Amino acid sequence: MSFLTFLAQQQPEPVQRVVDTVTTGEAIAFWVLGPLALAGALGMLFARNAVHSALWLVVTMLSLGVLYMIQQAPFLGFVQIIVYTGAIMMLFLFVLMMVGRDSSDSVVEVIRGQRLAAALLGIGFAVLMVGSVARALTSVEPAGLAEANATNGGNVGNIGVKLFTDYLFAFELTSALLITAALGAMILAFVGRDGKPAKKTQKELVEERFQEGKRVGSIPGPGVFATANSVATPALLPDGSVSEESLFEVIEATDKSTLSDDVADVAGTGHEADAHALKGSES
Amino acid sequence: MTQHVFAAEIGDTAKLLADDPIWLILIKVVGIFAFLVVMTLFMINWERKVVARMQHRPGPNRVGPNGWLQSLADGLKLAFKEDIRPVLADKWVFFLAPVISCIPAFLAFSVIPIAGEVNMFGQQTALQLVDLPVGVLVVLACSSLGVYGIVLSGWASGSPYPLLGALRSAAQVISYEIAMGLSIVAVIMFTGSLSTGDIVGAQAATVLGFLPGWFGILLFPSFVIYVVSMVGETNRAPFDLPEAESELVGGFHTEYSSLKFALFFLAEYVNMVTVSALATTLFLGGYHAPWSGDFMNTGWWGLLWFIGKTLFFLFLFIWLRGTLPRLRYDQFMKLGWKVLVPTSLVWIMAVAVIRTGAIQQLSTAQRLIALGVIVGLVLLVSFLLPDKKVQDTKGVPLAGSGFPVPPLDLAVPKSAPKRKVKVANIPKDTAAVTTGKEAE
Repeated sequence: MSFLTFLAQQQPEPVQRVVDTVTTGEAIAFWVLGPLALAGALGMLFARNAVHSALWLVVTMLSLGVLYMIQQAPFLGFVQIIVYTGAIMMLFLFVLMMVGRDSSDSVVEVIRGQRLAAALLGIGFAVLMVGSVARALTSVEPAGLAEANATNGGNVGNIGVKLFTDYLFAFELTSALLITAALGAMILAFVGRDGKPAKKTQKELVEERFQEGKRVGSIPGPGVFATANSVATPALLPDGSVSEESLFEVIEATDKSTLSDDVADVAGTGHEADAHALKGSES
Repeated sequence: MTQHVFAAEIGDTAKLLADDPIWLILIKVVGIFAFLVVMTLFMINWERKVVARMQHRPGPNRVGPNGWLQSLADGLKLAFKEDIRPVLADKWVFFLAPVISCIPAFLAFSVIPIAGEVNMFGQQTALQLVDLPVGVLVVLACSSLGVYGIVLSGWASGSPYPLLGALRSAAQVISYEIAMGLSIVAVIMFTGSLSTGDIVGAQAATVLGFLPGWFGILLFPSFVIYVVSMVGETNRAPFDLPEAESELVGGFHTEYSSLKFALFFLAEYVNMVTVSALATTLFLGGYHAPWSGDFMNTGWWGLLWFIGKTLFFLFLFIWLRGTLPRLRYDQFMKLGWKVLVPTSLVWIMAVAVIRTGAIQQLSTAQRLIALGVIVGLVLLVSFLLPDKKVQDTKGVPLAGSGFPVPPLDLAVPKSAPKRKVKVANIPKDTAAVTTGKEAE
């Protein structure tokens, strides 16, 4: 709740916003969220359980989303939460839960030179990151969003205009990529029923049952029309005879002597516990 | 064209809220929290009473006046019950899940405009905690975070039924959130703003002189899609598959007890109130009275209209629960992906065309041409659709009721081929179970 109220306070007249000063509230929020995001990232790396790993990543994404909101990009912040934490991480979790909670990584290397390649690529990526961050911190003049948020339809409107004019090609390209990926996944996951007829619908099954002249209703359950509702009691037909369809083959095939204790219990002829006895019977 | 489509940069409500002192914000926070908790207690009771009336029984009527304190007593009792954690449960996630499901539920309500401009303790303010330029997205974001609670609870319980419930829930909420988001798009196109305050403000006028200019009337298809997907989103009957008690025991909260279970309960009802309040805001004109230009349309009166409309949606929830049986999972998914999503996509296209026509001030001839093109497209599509398969004549004739019945001239077969049941041929005296009469 606090960041919302904080945001509410951050909405004075748009003209009064100063572009490149960090307000106290923003600094506090940064020093709370920054370490949290970092902790989430580290936790993701070092957590043993895959689901815990995913949860730590969620923490990082949420912190980043809130940081965007504080830096006057509320649309980006909430879309980050909806898309990344809401949809993408949820799909991750979905898959992890399907795979099972105890699945752990195998330590056997399947691809040769995997570690070397990973290390090289990792170092390269780190160099790129450091380079761009260093450039952003030194030579780039921060423009701030105050002016953009105040003109031409505000934050959301401006993003929409940019997306559908200047960056239209990149936008369409990304959507084409995503659609291709989704189609590919569907084709890979689709299990064709080669040569087999399609699965029958409920209606077709019912009609088939009538046409074949089989028993239309369900098979009588044990105990129907009988004197007891035990599974072991056969159903009686209207003329009093035993309906063979209702007999349970396992029970029928069991020798009576193996059940003699239970029969005695039910009949009340077996051993009766004395409710007042302090000890069990001596025998 | 683009300039005047968007509403003002910062809405009137946001300006009004910007100079709220901190104590007023605190009062509003506490007020919203109290409102949601009281609504939860009220809803549980109301639901039980209404469903009871629908089933011709009195419902809870012992605790408090007319039984209205029953849910409070139940809640207190729940808090003092034993807290059980299964051996196989994941300790931290099991604890975290109910908390995660509860917090976003409360958070989402902060952007709902409860009433317009009011005077609170000498301060002019709006009865709304915050009016963000992306208000509607806040509710969507919160609902997408709330699913984590359900999914994690199912996973962390370490037993199969909750896991199945969690998987169902994840698929369900993601699917229905798409339909929900698409149904909101039309409203946003009409308003030109994502802020809830602006959306309510845009519904103040009347159309045709007497109808209120609510988006529920102007954008009726969106309204229907939103209402359906809001039931799916909150896991309520007939879409309560994640906790289907006849299939999954209790679904995701099977292993939960005591306060943790109470938190899930609370989150579910708070979510219901939130989506109902959002439906009020988006489609039923929020705090506006059904007529315009009256003193009943100002100040604190808005609270009355808002709560009334929200209660209408909450009653709808109860009514649905009392009426409809639970959908099968594949039917449910089919409804979401094959009906709601395509319908709302087509509807958004239609709204976009209408909006463009309205903004561009087209001449009558141009409008007629546009109409002709649309009709032509519809005809083209209808020609391209394959014909319905001819029913095979060998099939069993169906009666008017849709049930297959045997033909009238049916000759009863001599002996129906019975299922071959292997019955052990055991002499009578050694049969394991007697028919009862023999015992005498």
